[in-house]
Amino acid sequence: MIEIENITKVYQMGEMEVRALNGISLKIEDGEWTAIMGPSGSGKSTLMAIIGCLDSPTDGSYRLDGTDVAKMSDDELAAVRNKKIGFVFQQFNLLARTSALENVELPLLYSSGNHRADRAKAALEAVGLADRMKHHPNELSGGQQQRVAIARALVTEPSIILADEPTGNLDSKTSAEIMKLFSELHSTRGITVIFVTHDPTIAANAHRVIHLMDGVVV
Amino acid sequence: MRLNFSQNVRSALRALTANKLRSGLTMLGIVIGVGAVVALLSIGTGAQASITNRIQGIGANLITVFEGTRNQNAPSGAGGGATAPLTYEEAQQLNGLPGVEAVAPQVQSRQPVKNARKQENVQVVGVTPDYSIAHPDQLDHGRFISASDVSGKSRIAVVGAQIVTDLFGGLDPVGKSVKINGILFQVVGVMKSQGSGGFGFSRDTTTYVPLTTAFARLSRTRVGNENTVSTIEVSALNSDSISTAMASITDKLAVLHKIKSGAANDFTVQSQADILAAATQVTGVLTIFLGAIAGISLVVGGIGVMNIMLVSVTERTREIGLRKAVGARRRDILYQFLTETITLSLLGGIIGILVGAGISALVNASGTIATVVSAQSVFLAFGFSAAVGIFFGIYPANRAAGLKPIEALRYE
Repeated sequence: MIEIENITKVYQMGEMEVRALNGISLKIEDGEWTAIMGPSGSGKSTLMAIIGCLDSPTDGSYRLDGTDVAKMSDDELAAVRNKKIGFVFQQFNLLARTSALENVELPLLYSSGNHRADRAKAALEAVGLADRMKHHPNELSGGQQQRVAIARALVTEPSIILADEPTGNLDSKTSAEIMKLFSELHSTRGITVIFVTHDPTIAANAHRVIHLMDGVVV
Repeated sequence: MRLNFSQNVRSALRALTANKLRSGLTMLGIVIGVGAVVALLSIGTGAQASITNRIQGIGANLITVFEGTRNQNAPSGAGGGATAPLTYEEAQQLNGLPGVEAVAPQVQSRQPVKNARKQENVQVVGVTPDYSIAHPDQLDHGRFISASDVSGKSRIAVVGAQIVTDLFGGLDPVGKSVKINGILFQVVGVMKSQGSGGFGFSRDTTTYVPLTTAFARLSRTRVGNENTVSTIEVSALNSDSISTAMASITDKLAVLHKIKSGAANDFTVQSQADILAAATQVTGVLTIFLGAIAGISLVVGGIGVMNIMLVSVTERTREIGLRKAVGARRRDILYQFLTETITLSLLGGIIGILVGAGISALVNASGTIATVVSAQSVFLAFGFSAAVGIFFGIYPANRAAGLKPIEALRYE
């Protein structure tokens, strides 16, 4: 469960202070599928970074499954990300010259646990890429690369998947396939799914849509 | 299981092979540095070993007396203090002093030695029979100079092994004659080959004649009615009596030279150990000097490594961001990049050691200096390249580890 209360984020841009988030409070229950929408500059990426523990808020409190993560150190946040959060990016962010299987194994390298290859294989099978394990990213289509990225997000069995414009670089047919995959993962595994998107058709898949504007929820 | 060493190395090798030309050129800096350290140290060590061997080969219990006072640490030829020549008569008075086994006065000069075939300018040394006690086992065949040769001023000569090759075409010269300084001498013996002394200096051309013959026919320096000698070599009875012998020689010569008590001597008595220590010191400094010059190129190579690693960190900012996003801690990234630098440096180090050993072998084959690649220099070079990897890797790796995940992910 994500509980955010009165969060602000202020960036210092030279002499100017930029208030990316200006007092946001929200609660996302386990297993919810939420879309965060808003125009560019609305603070949705900043909010996503804070929810994903990639960044800390300037002020306010953030409780993830009951633990206050707003004041954690960088290494503690790294451990939280590793255990609880899976990321899917618009740019896929796969390591080049590295097989799909090894890409999926990557988060397991930073956690304690055995059977890395088996778990990575299972994750790839879950996204329908059992026959592409040895392929490198440049040998895969965009949709396949995003599936590898989703498998990488799933491999640590996180409770939350954060996706930043996951279909932004895909055609509409592939987008639909990826959305179908998310839908399956959400319903079969009960994972909390949070999307950041500016595409209303993508947001329409979500059970709940949060609109941001100028750093506040509208 | 946390990210372990072998995975780090595997990922480092993958990153390095991703850009082979760049990694290769970067490594070349380390290869040249380490290769230079190994090669130059091997040349220095080889020179040191050859000088040490030669000095020890001259005779372990040998004491050398020469005129003037010479600071051991000063370059040879730099004189100092008063000088009075040593004479044959003085040398003879050293016989029978405590600790003294044999006294071998010598007079040296460079003379043209020729026969029908060829002429060479060589070192001609006038000696007494005691020379063969001071320098045992140096005669190859024939006979050495005898007491009657000295008393009779015989025109006989014992030639070096190289003379046999140069003047006699390898045939046995015993019984044949040579002209030294235009005077006919009969060859009665041949010395053993001493081997190359290094630095192009060979003892194998040295030719020995009776001391009195040298006085009469080759050397014209006299003090009054006395014949002066270049050096007096004294053989001590054994290694324990070296200091006794040195003291008794010094006392005796001081009396003969009328040195007032407390005044400086006008001659020097030096043991082989002193000469060895001085030579070792000089060649040791030379070796360190060569190594230091090579070390500079290793540092330059290290800076090249750092430069490339900084470029690599910048290029792979998004990768670093991703790794952090999926749970890499600060030190995971630090170790990853540090492993990459160290792998690069150590690979360069290993290749450099092979290159250095190759250069050393080439120098050896050329025959100028017998080089020695010591285990020490290999460890030193290897350790140094690892240290370069760590030292020049820490800054780029720290920079990578300190990146904020969200900024790194958004980096274009």
